[in-house]
Amino acid sequence: MNPRDIVLRINGAEYPIRVQPRRTLVDAIRDDCGQTGTHIGCEHGVCGACTVLLDGAPVRSCLMFAVQAEGCEVRTVEGLACAGQLNHLQQSFVEHHALQCGFCTPGFLMLATGLLEQNRDISNEDLLDALSSNLCRCTGYKNILAAVEAARNALAVEPSA
Amino acid sequence: MKPSSFEYHEARTVQQAVEMLAKVCADDGRILAGGQTLVPAMAMRLARPSHLVDINRIPELAVLTVHSDHLSIGACVRHAAFHEPVVDGPLGHLLSIVVRHIAHLPIRMRGTFCGSLANADAASEWCLVAVTLNAHIHMRSIRGERSLRASEFFLGYMSTAMEPDEMLVATHLPLLPEGTHFGFEEYSRRAGDFAQAMSLVSFELRNGVMFDVRVGVGAVEGAARRLAEAEAVLESQIPCLECFARAADAAAQAIEPSEPGDEERQYKRELVRTVVLRALQKTITAV
Repeated sequence: MNPRDIVLRINGAEYPIRVQPRRTLVDAIRDDCGQTGTHIGCEHGVCGACTVLLDGAPVRSCLMFAVQAEGCEVRTVEGLACAGQLNHLQQSFVEHHALQCGFCTPGFLMLATGLLEQNRDISNEDLLDALSSNLCRCTGYKNILAAVEAARNALAVEPSA
Repeated sequence: MKPSSFEYHEARTVQQAVEMLAKVCADDGRILAGGQTLVPAMAMRLARPSHLVDINRIPELAVLTVHSDHLSIGACVRHAAFHEPVVDGPLGHLLSIVVRHIAHLPIRMRGTFCGSLANADAASEWCLVAVTLNAHIHMRSIRGERSLRASEFFLGYMSTAMEPDEMLVATHLPLLPEGTHFGFEEYSRRAGDFAQAMSLVSFELRNGVMFDVRVGVGAVEGAARRLAEAEAVLESQIPCLECFARAADAAAQAIEPSEPGDEERQYKRELVRTVVLRALQKTITAV
């Protein structure tokens, strides 16, 4: 049960931390690195509140251990806004009233970010299928879907980065 | 909802992993691959392994290789690898259809094909694929290597022929001949939820008649299996809705649902009839 010294790289910043092997990635992100934007919901992979991007892939950060993320690029909701300006997707959530209590929002934002980065032409059907992996207890699914579809449509008229 | 304490061992080679496993397996030491079943089980304290041997940083295990007669799937190949066909022909197409029924996208990003087999959940889609397509499952320990056919590997509900000091290193799936017809059907209560019943069927056509017919059913008994009774109905027949219906009836009769009550068992038989029939219908329509 020896603690380990690891370095987590979150949104480009390095956090040298000491963790027990049993420390989940989400607990390390929040409690050891102080990045509390990522939320903890069910802690067994069902709700998706803790979704982060791990080397670009949306994953449940409650279903892996912090020691496993060493050497990976972790991205969380704190990395989306730039200089106090909400990004495209966040703005779209505001405009489409895609959050009520907001608890699930960081997970949905990171899931949608991962989806749109992997395929900016993702179909409505595939979006619905992928977004169904996260839970919103306010049941605002329709507006979440509308917000992500609008963000995708806005991306489509922009030239590729 | 926090996992209990364990010692963490990170292997860089398969040899290292089996050496570590040999030392800790008597103490409930386990292999950690994708962790999408093991970690939630640990969070709920259903599993409390005292040691985990992490195999995620072993590069040779993350490899999919196409050989002349089979596809080799390394122990750390994630479900998501199969979203697009990994090999030309019917097998790659089949896997890309089945994978969409496995949990949800973020789970598929971490969970592994071989991990599903090692876990041997009755409702696992990959276990049904392995049994129906006659996969060979390769295991290694410090005592050596061995391989088993899927039908010998799965012993029952979440139970396999693997010894505690063995790790599953790869699964070999035979390539399906060009022109193989197949169909997959799953019934679950919610998108991404566990299957209540599912069926994978395949056959080849020779002179208009079906041969090498396979009818696999999962999520109903302790482990997925092929139903010889349903296959016999179809072998050497011309595909038609009438014989598909007879095969579905034979499957519903042959299955022994693991539910305790008569009504539940009857319900499962009806589900089996439906998923087998729909899977067979998909063999002759575009899937």
